[in-house]
Amino acid sequence: MRILIKRTLATALFILVANLVMAQGTIKMGSLATLEGAFTVLGEDSMRGVKMALNEFNYSVAGKKIQLITGSSDASPDSAIRATRKLVEQDGVQLLVGPLSGSEGLAIKDYAKTKPNVTFVNGTSAAQDTTLRNPADNFFRFSTDGAQWMAGLGEYAYKEKGYRSVAVLAEDYSFPYTQVFGFLEPFCRLGGKSAIDARFWVPIGNKDYSSVIAALPDDVDAIYVALGGADSVNFLTQYEQAGGELPLIGGSITVDQSVLGSKGKTRKFVIGTPAAGPISDTWKDSRWDKFVADYKKQFPDGFPSPSLFAHGYYINTKAALLGLLLVGGDLSDGGKKYRQALSSLTFDTPTGMVSLDERRNAIADIYLTEVFEGTGGNLMNKTIKVIPQVSQTFGMEYNKFLNYGQVGRENPRCD
Amino acid sequence: MVDTRQLFSGNSSFSDIHPGKLLVIVFLISYPGFTSDFFTFQVGAYSLILGTIALSLMMLAGYGGMVSLAQMTAAGLAGYIMAIFGENTVGVMGLGWPWWLTVITAILSAAIFSAIVGAISVRTEGIYTIMITLAISVAFFYFVRQNYQIFNGFTGFAGVKPPTLFGIYWRDPVPFYYLTLIISSTFLWAVFHCSCSTFGLGLQAIRDNPRRMRALGYHVGWHRVMAYFLSGVIAGSAGVLLVWFNGRISPGSIGVDIVIDILVIAVVGGLRNPIGPFLGAIVFVLLENFAIDLIDRERFNTVIGIVFLLVVFFSPDGLLGLWDRISSKILSKRSARDENGRAQWEDPVSSGSLKTLK
Repeated sequence: MRILIKRTLATALFILVANLVMAQGTIKMGSLATLEGAFTVLGEDSMRGVKMALNEFNYSVAGKKIQLITGSSDASPDSAIRATRKLVEQDGVQLLVGPLSGSEGLAIKDYAKTKPNVTFVNGTSAAQDTTLRNPADNFFRFSTDGAQWMAGLGEYAYKEKGYRSVAVLAEDYSFPYTQVFGFLEPFCRLGGKSAIDARFWVPIGNKDYSSVIAALPDDVDAIYVALGGADSVNFLTQYEQAGGELPLIGGSITVDQSVLGSKGKTRKFVIGTPAAGPISDTWKDSRWDKFVADYKKQFPDGFPSPSLFAHGYYINTKAALLGLLLVGGDLSDGGKKYRQALSSLTFDTPTGMVSLDERRNAIADIYLTEVFEGTGGNLMNKTIKVIPQVSQTFGMEYNKFLNYGQVGRENPRCD
Repeated sequence: MVDTRQLFSGNSSFSDIHPGKLLVIVFLISYPGFTSDFFTFQVGAYSLILGTIALSLMMLAGYGGMVSLAQMTAAGLAGYIMAIFGENTVGVMGLGWPWWLTVITAILSAAIFSAIVGAISVRTEGIYTIMITLAISVAFFYFVRQNYQIFNGFTGFAGVKPPTLFGIYWRDPVPFYYLTLIISSTFLWAVFHCSCSTFGLGLQAIRDNPRRMRALGYHVGWHRVMAYFLSGVIAGSAGVLLVWFNGRISPGSIGVDIVIDILVIAVVGGLRNPIGPFLGAIVFVLLENFAIDLIDRERFNTVIGIVFLLVVFFSPDGLLGLWDRISSKILSKRSARDENGRAQWEDPVSSGSLKTLK
């Protein structure tokens, strides 16, 4: 044990010394993702996105080497802050890409305010208030938020699908709140209904949905489901077994590869489910195809197709690197010039052009998809429509948009 | 496991302070002088806080034979009360009481909560105590996660700050380190002395033979509940420090994994001596922060697990036992003639720091 402590201290010392030696020609980049806990698999995929972007630049910008230091959280704000503090205060990273999950992002934003000389670039955390209310000057989000991801879905459900009233089932934290708001707001504005008592909020990692399924009202046209990963698979399986027949509407991470790739009756059941998000697996575009091909080539053991998390981290890392390129890798002024360059950065991504608004939140294309059965019985998300250049306020004036209030369980009321 | 010498260790005085101890004290006081803010705050102060919470568990488990998993919950309750009655930036609750009143309320509530846990579990032994206290901590975790009116559910509270006193902002790394150092060493000293007091000796006697103590006229139940109350004071104080340290509290801060972490810290450090939990906490915090640098990032939790497994495997008494075994071996070699058989003792009290008493 003492040897280990010694080794730990020796490593720390080595890192410190190494810092001094390499400080001149190296830029330290931290990357924070959930490499433990319930979102481990997603965190691993997000790290693939970081590496893809770094590989594109051969780990060097303007003659300076990029040194990547990884941090891990378990999706709780506390652990995200601890890992960030280690990266910033101990390892001395000058810019940090992350975190992955919504509530982590809110915590990192608060922390960012105490470290004005470090530049924080988001990973995939998509809570609205990370950038909407009290944003930090040094926190950038080149990925869009959870409400933006829902762009077009409310209209589609009301107009094309003809749904008039929906029940809601979502996890109980900031990201699903944001998604539910993004879906319900246009849906209700058009005249749709979603009663407060027909909204069900479950904890992350919930296994048993029988009580929710029993309480689902009969007089709704569809259920809006914003669950992620294993939660989504669990609910769909149980709902199908309970004989549920209502059509579904999906959140951005509800109907992903883990659901589509599953076996059994659930497959048939999800056909026709519309959803929306920042990527679409089947988008026919050379940039996206190249991204997918690169991903598959670099990570043969990864997912069949890059997830939203690999995509989000890739975009954000790439933006961070492009910004460095613009200032010639010069962060000697505490990154002031660098952050100016980032603020006005516009670049082409596998999913279209990305630029930032005045609160440093991305304006980007959003993809409306629907599950269909492809040749050979494979389920796929077909791209229905691309909603171009969605902004965080959906084109509204900032002050007017604030009138909607903070996202939460009862926003919008819609009854 | 009855060790009579342990019972009479109460005669110890600090008149003959071991040079090693002096060295440790000097090291702890000068520590912020030669380390970075990160090591002062996140390694130093955080280890002391976790060590104090584990100390409250050690006190119950080591002296009372009651392994309570609700200590982290008591600390968490204190943290929540700081956020609810004090100030926070979330906009839920935050009644804005003055800081000293909030601190007293928080610590007292934690102590009363702990006493209630004690009253519930006092009739149980061994694994059943663990199960009851685990159930309480899990119930509390789910309760705060689903209660939005008071505990603000999954998001919890942020922006909980210590006061600025005497012109010092107590969350700056160095002041905060000294604050935790003072509080944790006070409790360490208190537990040390409590174990030698009538109450502490009574508690140890109850651990070893409750029936006999009952026959002697002791009220075993109340004795134990009182021990829970005192350990709640320790855990609650550490909880206040923890919420100041993190600046936030949410259900994630008191989840089952953290509850188990505290047990791991106490067990790895050693349950026989109050210093054990602090050793365990230092190792835990160092591993938590730096294991990711030692090995591939996908495997670092395995390293943490293996280290703890090895410690417990080679020394059921934790790091303290390991240390005592090594030091007593060296000692017995040095003075093999007059210290026959010392190497067989693994008990820190008999062979370790208090050996001068004999």
